[in-house]
Amino acid sequence: MIEILPDKCDFCGCCVGVCPEDAIELKEAEISIIDERCTNCAKCVWSCPIEVIKFNREGVPA
Amino acid sequence: MKQEYDIIVVGAGPAGSMAARFAAEQGVSVLMLEKDRDVGYPVRCGEAISKEGVEEFIDSDERWIKAHITKFSFIAPDETEVILQFDSRQEGYVLERRIFDYELARTAAEAGSEILTRAYVNGLLFADGKVSGVKYEYLGEQKEIKAKIVIAADGVESRVGRWAGLKTHIDFRDMECCTQITAANISVAQDTLYFYFGKDIAPHGYFWIFPKGNNLANIGLGVSGIVGKTKSAQSYLNSFMEKYYPDAPVLTSIAGGVPSAVTLDKISARGIALVGDAARQVNPLSGGGIASGMIGGSIAGRIAGEAVKMNKPDHILSYDKAWNDRLGKRHLIFNRIKGGIYNFPDEKFNKIAKSVNKIPYEKRTLGKVFTKALINQPSLLVDVAKVFLV
Repeated sequence: MIEILPDKCDFCGCCVGVCPEDAIELKEAEISIIDERCTNCAKCVWSCPIEVIKFNREGVPA
Repeated sequence: MKQEYDIIVVGAGPAGSMAARFAAEQGVSVLMLEKDRDVGYPVRCGEAISKEGVEEFIDSDERWIKAHITKFSFIAPDETEVILQFDSRQEGYVLERRIFDYELARTAAEAGSEILTRAYVNGLLFADGKVSGVKYEYLGEQKEIKAKIVIAADGVESRVGRWAGLKTHIDFRDMECCTQITAANISVAQDTLYFYFGKDIAPHGYFWIFPKGNNLANIGLGVSGIVGKTKSAQSYLNSFMEKYYPDAPVLTSIAGGVPSAVTLDKISARGIALVGDAARQVNPLSGGGIASGMIGGSIAGRIAGEAVKMNKPDHILSYDKAWNDRLGKRHLIFNRIKGGIYNFPDEKFNKIAKSVNKIPYEKRTLGKVFTKALINQPSLLVDVAKVFLV
């Protein structure tokens, strides 16, 4: 599962721009993953300039 | 507020404000929606632009010019420095974007556009197979408003275009993932933009110091999303600051993404046009997007206004060609040049710097720098000649 650490997020939108599935919701200072759409591709994790998106293997089908 | 507008612009950055202004100048009704509380804040930008890029749209004003730039300094991995000086016609600025963006929005308002902040667009309305308005959240309430044409200026995080069926997501390798601080007590020349290159400093990107007057400076870098797999932009910035300015007071610290690629294949569809970062209109070589975003916004705004006035909604589809003729084709060339230098090893940057330094100071130009860099790639030399004075 992809997890965004909201307290550390700068709400910059990098992750939203690279998400192929439109699975990230970003308001002024609120961000969330739309779990039904997320495919755990991890592109958002790699693109985050400040390392606040984490990839947690738990719950991800192998 | 009206019940319905001719044109709705989503996002009040430079591209959105120019779209709103140029549409309103056609005498049609325009509403610009901004998700944040403030126009122009938070700033996610290195803030450098050419004077020419500014003055196409607004007279230069010292209230938002923090530094007048007449030199570039390129610093190779071995610290060989190449300085390029420009004449005053090619002067550049480092802006105070929070004031600049506000002023641009004011010119849109002056032209007749309405503006609403704290309005978060979260969906589109459709009618007869075309976009016919937006859904938005305002102060906790979900609302809808109709428009003949929607212009999406919703930035790097754009989603409006994809809701309209356009392919807008950017390949993570083309995303320059950036962090930047504005720091005090950085004693660099206040008329020079500094660019650092190398695998230890900013692989597949560059590191910058852009002065903002009184020894304030924007210090940051962008690295490709592919670099972020192993090391984040933030770690590179931390390493640089520890090495060069360990005690510098930091006044602002931000993250951001720069889509460094060619423009999207399609930036208009029935009832909608995309502008600025949302359309991927950033210059893919420099990463600069303020001027090109304003140009994209102005073209889309004008064409949208004309479409409404002529009652020919599909006139908006001519925006793709108008953009490509003005800048889109040029960005293809810049992107090829970027591709040529993207993977250079450090030794190559060092060699180029030494070789450029043999050119007398007064004869150095950006064109000559790129010519030296790409001397072994003749097809790209043709590209260099097309976009730079050689």
